Amino acid sequence: MDLITPDSGLLFWMVVIFGLLFFILAKFGFPIITKAVEKRDEAIAKSLRDAREVEVKMSEMVKEHERMIEETRKEQALIMKEATEARTTMISKAKEEAREEADKILSEARERIAEEKESAMRDIRREVALLSVSVAEKILRKELSDEEGESAFLSKMVDEAMKIDNNIS
Amino acid sequence: MKKLLLLIILSLVGLFPAAASSGAAGEDLDISGVIFGHIGDSYEWHITDIGERSIAVHLPVILYSRTSGWHVFSSKKMEEGRYGDFVFNEKGKIVELVGGEPVRPFDISITKNVLSLMFSCVLLLVIFLLTARWYRKHDTLEEPPGGIASLTEPLIMMVHNIARENIGEDYRRFSPYLCTAFFFILFNNFLGIIPFFPGGANLTGNIAVTLVLALFTFFTVNIFGTKHYYKEIFAPEVPGFLKPIMPVIEVFSALMKPVSLTIRLFANMMAGHIMILSMVCVIFVVAAMGPVIFGSMTLVSLLLGLFLDILECLVAFIQAYVFTILSAVYIGLARVKE
Repeated sequence: MDLITPDSGLLFWMVVIFGLLFFILAKFGFPIITKAVEKRDEAIAKSLRDAREVEVKMSEMVKEHERMIEETRKEQALIMKEATEARTTMISKAKEEAREEADKILSEARERIAEEKESAMRDIRREVALLSVSVAEKILRKELSDEEGESAFLSKMVDEAMKIDNNIS
Repeated sequence: MKKLLLLIILSLVGLFPAAASSGAAGEDLDISGVIFGHIGDSYEWHITDIGERSIAVHLPVILYSRTSGWHVFSSKKMEEGRYGDFVFNEKGKIVELVGGEPVRPFDISITKNVLSLMFSCVLLLVIFLLTARWYRKHDTLEEPPGGIASLTEPLIMMVHNIARENIGEDYRRFSPYLCTAFFFILFNNFLGIIPFFPGGANLTGNIAVTLVLALFTFFTVNIFGTKHYYKEIFAPEVPGFLKPIMPVIEVFSALMKPVSLTIRLFANMMAGHIMILSMVCVIFVVAAMGPVIFGSMTLVSLLLGLFLDILECLVAFIQAYVFTILSAVYIGLARVKE
């Protein structure tokens, strides 16, 4: 019977000491600990969520990246094609121009040659005229030294000169 | 393992001559006195006997008598059984003789159990305030729990989770109480298993202690009970003929909850202490029955005592857990929203 009768002294001390213990631990002990741990748990949960989101974003980015690479490759091919075309047109154009230039130079050269030829011909003609004059003089001198021939020749010359005069007038 | 067993048996054989000589003294051994002395309360903390000398911690006796006022003295003065007008009654409590009649004064002596209570509370305060200090000084987002926090955090969060699972959304208000109750019971249960000073007091096997714990739960439940909780007690929705009976049953049930909490913890812990003490006492009882029985029974009682000690470690945890989880369930039931 003694065992199941609560002792008043122990009841008193138990209420006082356990009450104090509860008061102190509930104010300065457990809430601080549980709050800190819950904060950490929340942070862990949040970082896990974030990590999952980042993973999704990453996979999207990888896809985007691949898409961009694909696009770039296409663009590169296009540019290459265009460049080839441009090159061919440029070369043909240059050839065209070169040909035109060459033609121009050639025609100019031809003209120049023609001119040169003309002037050369003129010079030659003059030379020939002078030469023929001196040859005529020599012949004349020889003819004139011969008495017989002198008069015939003179008449002949006069005829001819007359003829030339007629032609000129 | 075999060698160890052989060693134990041989050492027991060595005890036989001594046992034979002391056998006569053991015959008038007061076994129930020993057991109930160990699980009961006392004004001094008896540690051991060396020869004829008793080694004990004498504790202060604090009394308030209606006739002679306050008295504070050491229990050493009661060694002769009488100090002034104070004598022991047949239950071992101090009574005052007023005109020859024994009158029980208001007794708030620091007894063995009270000292053990103070010791365990100081231990609890030191451990959990140090843990709280760790959390104040460290950022939990930066580093894992270290030092004392790594030891206590899992247990605290276990109790916190009990609160969360059994009480509604405002469980944070009740978690400190459940933690305090859990660790108080756990520490005192384990201190009770330690056989030497400052452990060994049978605090959680004392009905006054468990009663106060259960009353704390009772008041927490009923002070924070919602109006739906009270409606279910006093005006439950039941068929008409049950209407007058139900409140009686419900009130009785509400009152029986703390009683069941009290008795469960008290009986479990006390029974454990009695079983272990009985196993130890078997050695002294069989000492007179001849060397063979003494030797074999000592071995049996040692093994059984070891088994019971391990069992008590389990029970110490289970009872603290059960008390906490039931308190949480009762609080949860009182926090019904509809």
